[in-house]
Amino acid sequence: MNSQPDNDHQQQSDNGCNHQIPNQNHKSEHGDRPGMQALPMPVPDPPIQYTKLFISNEWHESCSGRKIPVYNPATGELLCEVEEADAEDVEKAVRSARAAFQMGSPWRSMDASDRGHLLNRLADLVERDRLLLATLEALDSGKVFLMAYFVDLMATIKTLRYYGGWADKIHGKTIPVGDGQRYCHYFTYTRHEPIGVCGQIIPWNFPLMMFAWKIAPALCCGNTVVIKPAEQTPLSALHMAALIKEAGFPPGVVNVVPGYGQTAGCAISHHMDIDKVAFTGSTAVGKLIQKAAGDSNLKRVTLELGGKNPNIVFADCDLEYAVEQAHSGLFFNQGQCCLAGSRVFVEEPIYEEFVRRSVERARSKVLGNPLLPGVDQGPQIDQKQFNKIMELIESGKREGATLECGGSPWGQQGLFIQPTVFSNVTDDMRIAKEEIFGPVQQIMCFRSVHEVIQRANATHYGLAAGVFTNDIDKALTVSSALQAGMVWVNCYNAMSAQCPFGGFKMSGNGRELGEYALQEYTEVKAVTIKISQKNS
Amino acid sequence: VYSEGFVPADIFINNEWQDSVSGKVFPVYNPATGEQICEVQEAEKADVDKAVQAARLAFSLGSVWRRMDASERGRLLSKLADLVERDSVYLATIESLNSGKPFLPTLFVDLQGTIKTLRYFAGYADKIHGTSIPMDGEYLTFTRYEPIGVCGQIIPWNFPLMMTAWKLGPALACGNTVILKPAEQTPLTCLYIAALIKEAGFPPGVINILPGFGPTAGAAIASHMGIDKVAFTGSTEVGKLIQEAAGKSNLKRVTLELGGKNPNIIFADADLDLAVEQAHQGVFFNAGQCCTAGSRIYVEEPIYDEFVRRSVERAKRRRVGSPFDPTTEQGPQISREQQNRVLEFIQSGISEGAKLECGGKALGLKGFFIEPTVFSNVRDDMRIAREEIFGPVQQIMKFKTLEEVIERANNTDYGLVAAVFTNDINKAMTISTAMQAGTVWINCFNALSTQCPFGGYKMSGNGRELGESGLKEYSEVKTITMKMVAKNS
Repeated sequence: MNSQPDNDHQQQSDNGCNHQIPNQNHKSEHGDRPGMQALPMPVPDPPIQYTKLFISNEWHESCSGRKIPVYNPATGELLCEVEEADAEDVEKAVRSARAAFQMGSPWRSMDASDRGHLLNRLADLVERDRLLLATLEALDSGKVFLMAYFVDLMATIKTLRYYGGWADKIHGKTIPVGDGQRYCHYFTYTRHEPIGVCGQIIPWNFPLMMFAWKIAPALCCGNTVVIKPAEQTPLSALHMAALIKEAGFPPGVVNVVPGYGQTAGCAISHHMDIDKVAFTGSTAVGKLIQKAAGDSNLKRVTLELGGKNPNIVFADCDLEYAVEQAHSGLFFNQGQCCLAGSRVFVEEPIYEEFVRRSVERARSKVLGNPLLPGVDQGPQIDQKQFNKIMELIESGKREGATLECGGSPWGQQGLFIQPTVFSNVTDDMRIAKEEIFGPVQQIMCFRSVHEVIQRANATHYGLAAGVFTNDIDKALTVSSALQAGMVWVNCYNAMSAQCPFGGFKMSGNGRELGEYALQEYTEVKAVTIKISQKNS
Repeated sequence: VYSEGFVPADIFINNEWQDSVSGKVFPVYNPATGEQICEVQEAEKADVDKAVQAARLAFSLGSVWRRMDASERGRLLSKLADLVERDSVYLATIESLNSGKPFLPTLFVDLQGTIKTLRYFAGYADKIHGTSIPMDGEYLTFTRYEPIGVCGQIIPWNFPLMMTAWKLGPALACGNTVILKPAEQTPLTCLYIAALIKEAGFPPGVINILPGFGPTAGAAIASHMGIDKVAFTGSTEVGKLIQEAAGKSNLKRVTLELGGKNPNIIFADADLDLAVEQAHQGVFFNAGQCCTAGSRIYVEEPIYDEFVRRSVERAKRRRVGSPFDPTTEQGPQISREQQNRVLEFIQSGISEGAKLECGGKALGLKGFFIEPTVFSNVRDDMRIAREEIFGPVQQIMKFKTLEEVIERANNTDYGLVAAVFTNDINKAMTISTAMQAGTVWINCFNALSTQCPFGGYKMSGNGRELGESGLKEYSEVKTITMKMVAKNS
């Protein structure tokens, strides 16, 4: 474990990426970040305690005996091996989740406020283990440790607490009904009941945060869960499993089955006894999930998929601020965000200046071992992603975009890619159409509001969008017109547990977070009682 | 079990312990013995002025409290709940000592109610949603639920801790600042909560606790020009004064939780054992000192005699004694004054011709105890059937038809709660629809929880506490409308 790349060596920049300490340029929006002196440090040689499948609050070996190798993407080294769940293991997990969901079970007969209290206790335990979890997350995913600590862990804790508070506030309604006949009197009320066993499949880019986004609303509403972390990043999810047991959730309420999409993921989405599947990942796989649901038991489906998100910068905006927000809006998490603002539309009068400053900003990024302070870009997650990004960069060059900086791999080991900026990008280029999921920024030029709305919406995706302007009319017009689940005005990536998150069009189905997520984890039952006489 | 511990006895303003401006103190008694426990600083108008200044400052734009994330407000409430949980045995002990409540019910009912209420509203802090509204014309409209401002809160002596939580929970979740006056009889647990508030980390001035009397401190709150809202729990008589004072001063928002003379309707088809026990608990709980007390029991004719017989038997078995004896079901009344008032009601019942089935007298030499008392053959025009007794006195009446009992049950100025016991779904639905009461219980009584709204029809109050409804009483809605250039759906 003590084989992280040497600091000095890794921080040497090549190809013009200077290696100044980036200080606060890339700071998180969270107010709790202390001064540099008090920065948290990763746990040295963190123990990897949990490598098995978590079913019924117990640790299981896989039925097949197979294991998944788990790597550190910053070095390519093997961290550990984790039990690999397959269809048979999913079957066991579903049986356990089904048993936990039986009428009269401890989970079903528990007060809603106690469900909320369990989620709060889980949040307390995550807070207790925050350093360890952030370290595991950084090791396993290549995320910058401080980002993991301040963004991912904070969001995880807050999401759990937020839904802890909802558990006993999920209100049905009473409804004044009548069928127009004089002597037919009814009284109707609705109950919002849990759906049942929920399969949840999460990606590798925010392993812990996605884990919290998925389990928190599901548990808050009283469901039971079979969750599959990505094969690349199972470690934090398995640690969460241990905390779930420690918090006191009854056996079978949450089951964690690390595995591959084609096997375990496929088994979940096709399962006849899973009542709902929630997936976060690529649009290509999202389509398979929805197909599988249709093909099997019409399970409910929510999908959070890809994005090719427009970020529209008007000439009247605060330029320095917009450059910084557009930069972090794309480069955050090595560009591995469904939210990445990968189509930056800049109004003509400021286009050249915007490009110049964006390039300068991209060059200032410090690549290196994500566990070290001062580093603000880690490696891509794996070789496959690395190759895909490099291939898209090549296509950009070939199709005639101007490569302003970057464009090549970086460093002697690990899966690093230089921060890359393209200007003179046209909307028909592949880099302007496809989700790159890497540190590659495309900057386009536009002239009118009408034009930029058209171009921003000319995509199958519809996840997020940003607009930078001080003009209230432009802000309102653009935010109304964009086909996107989130529109940020003079900010980017401004997310919180309280606000709904999800996509228009092929960026997904349904919403996570906020009150809206509760709808995705409940069935509404209308109970109608014949009564002898109705009165208002 | 109680030992020497910290019992604050000062006024709590700006997170600091202060002496009263006048230098006055007042004695606090143990109602089980009549002995004085301690003296407490007595807040009057000058102290209220100081507290308003502190609360107003804490509420000013840009203050720590106003800029705080809503989720962080929730965290503070949650921490307060954790601290109350940590100290719950101690708090239950002081509550018993000061109010005469039996210790075990205090620990299980009052403390649980307090903790759960704080946690519940902690969860609401970041879930108070405005709406965006599709307004006619080229406009964009949205609403914000903003805190009202400085809230005065005046609470009674029957549930000192729980009322503190009922009041603070929603006010703080919504982001208000508070001046809370506990009853002069029972300031001790409320002051202990003040210490926990400081420990939890609430900014100075957000919560101020001022022990004092109604005619002085209470009146100063109700008529203060710098207080934006007043919430009161207590008698209907004083509730009217509060609303009047609000009208005379600055039209502050008013919520009131007042008295009740609550009907409990028992049909012949009910589970008789359950109904007798629930009706018993429904009136005798907390020595009858509950605004929700089911003090008018309407029993259907076929089971009337049997119901009376069993109710008397149950009342005779009720154990009255020291609040710290674990077998005690009923402690003393809160004060000599209340004891005398209840005894006077009992005399009026006897003289107006109701049949005294059991009890009827004071009990013991020390303390303010009254025997569990049951009256049968009570008519609706008797004082004991019309006025709130607030003591361990049960009135049992007879009825013959559904229509009749609805009419009689609603024939009161009060409208707090009502209950019906029947296994017939139609009777249950008809009665629950017809009752003029803020809460109706079917086959249960006193089934209160922090998730459900609570409050009265008619002269039992104004507004609702608890549940989501409780939040509305602590926020102002602001509609923000922006002119747009080109509207689209």
